[in-house]
Amino acid sequence: MNIAMLLQMAAEACPDRRALTSAGRHYCYAELYAAARNAAALIRAQGCAFAAVLDTSSPAVPVTLMGAAMAGVPYVPLNYRLSDAQLEALLERVTPALLVTADDIAERHADRAGMTVYPRADYLARVFSATPTEDEDWPADPSAVAVQLFTSGTTGAPKAAILRHEHLVSYILGTIDFMAAEEDEATLVSVPPYHIAGISAVMSSLYACRRIVQLPEFGAAAWLELAEHESVTNAFVVPTMLSRIVDHLETVHRRPHLPNLKAIAYGGGKMPLPVIERSLALFPGVDFTNAYGLTETSSTITLLTPDDHRAAIAAGDPQIRRRLGSVGQALSSLEIEIRDETGNMLGPDEPGEIFVRGPQVSGEYLERKAIDDEGWFPTRDAGFLDADGYLFLSGRTDDVIVRGGENISPGEIEDVLLDHEAVADAAAVAIPSTEWGETVGAVIVLKLGKEATVRELQHLVKNRLRSSRVPEVIRFEPELPYNETGKLLRRLIKDFFV
Amino acid sequence: MSELKAGQRLKSGVCDAEVMVIKAGGGEALTCGGVPMTAGGNDGGAETDAVQMEGCQIGKRYVNDDGSLEVLCVKPGQGSLAADGNALAIKGSKTLPSAD
Repeated sequence: MNIAMLLQMAAEACPDRRALTSAGRHYCYAELYAAARNAAALIRAQGCAFAAVLDTSSPAVPVTLMGAAMAGVPYVPLNYRLSDAQLEALLERVTPALLVTADDIAERHADRAGMTVYPRADYLARVFSATPTEDEDWPADPSAVAVQLFTSGTTGAPKAAILRHEHLVSYILGTIDFMAAEEDEATLVSVPPYHIAGISAVMSSLYACRRIVQLPEFGAAAWLELAEHESVTNAFVVPTMLSRIVDHLETVHRRPHLPNLKAIAYGGGKMPLPVIERSLALFPGVDFTNAYGLTETSSTITLLTPDDHRAAIAAGDPQIRRRLGSVGQALSSLEIEIRDETGNMLGPDEPGEIFVRGPQVSGEYLERKAIDDEGWFPTRDAGFLDADGYLFLSGRTDDVIVRGGENISPGEIEDVLLDHEAVADAAAVAIPSTEWGETVGAVIVLKLGKEATVRELQHLVKNRLRSSRVPEVIRFEPELPYNETGKLLRRLIKDFFV
Repeated sequence: MSELKAGQRLKSGVCDAEVMVIKAGGGEALTCGGVPMTAGGNDGGAETDAVQMEGCQIGKRYVNDDGSLEVLCVKPGQGSLAADGNALAIKGSKTLPSAD
């Protein structure tokens, strides 16, 4: 079992179909497959133990992912936004490696011991010009590591999450029908390659034989322009991207001109309800899918389908209506349970920690295994399931505010605050309290030209929830800190209160 | 012939078909066109069973009756797939919205 098989099958079934569009150039499946085989030969010839890409999206991403698999070494996409010191530490952990970098930084890494460094342009010229001689006898061990992804390391040194061929192949075979896409379908990939969604987008699209259109640097106007120019039919975005696209469209007072666009999937962070409501209104003919997953689960584990979106937005029943804020139901190959701190399974609507089990779940880091003996992975995400198995997220378990022994999830407070007509964004965090141990602090971003008082916001929370949920301190800030893939950086928000 | 292993790739002895084992089953003999599938593939001269030449399709998953054996067809061919002489059936596909 080897993920390279996914590309090999596409090259076998539709060699001349367009597989990838990058910087205005098109590549067919046969070309990508040949390039991956050349990359594998290069990795083998250099005796590398890893194949790393330190760059934005380019053809080097699918080629190196698949070439590494053929050569039997882990593919390591590195975050190009890290500082030199952070990067230094990670590079040391993946030596010896073949390292493909953006052209302008290749020089900086050229003399590194154990690294064979290729500037992207040289690398692409090389793998796309030669005729492959490498045979197709790749390692078949399902438990070999296919991808090694460094976590963002907010609480210490970054952990190296590992995904084995069996996890990734299970995910793809379980969710995608081979060659399911029509020849004119194309998906716009704007997530960075070091994000799990960037990896799953490549594999899913290759197996569905749906053309990948790469947008290396996200910008709302650039996204809309490329989507129109390349007649894209599908796209995946993180919530921040969708929010910026919607803001942009509203600012320039125009509706999107994307007659071919059929589907937008979103995930990678909590989607604010107003953003998805505005999106549904702006893209009336488009199918929206919410996908929730983690690096350690090979990407998506639950889906809120287009039908779920339509049913929720049209529903009078609040139990159905609220599903617009859920991440949907588990894939059929997976099981999800909610447990309390002592490990007891909880019932419908009872909040706790989300556990998941199934063949695509790795739950493993180079340093340690987080999965238990029965195969359950504790996600560290907090949430609850409704009676029909729709999953609602409330944040990370580490973010839960414990006020006088009562567990309070920041998400429920934020949802209420966001409902206020003057509030553009809101975050609730634990702040130290001599009386309660911890209490609720909130940071509010007001909409342009709108106002709200602390007292008014406190009343809103008290009326909708209860007095223990009321933020004791409320601060107003021009914006909240997010990372580049739209994750709210709560530890920085706590600093507002120090 | 040795037992099947998950992840293993096998070739037909009668056509271009290739499969990858997803679930290994319980020691069944996997055949294509009535002839055992092997890692090496076509060694020539194998006699095909004419009624087992209905073909297998790339990208389809084939399962036995109780679902204990499952293979993915990774290269198409003219032979039909069977385990211990019982034809494998195409596993139903799912219609999930694209998530990525």
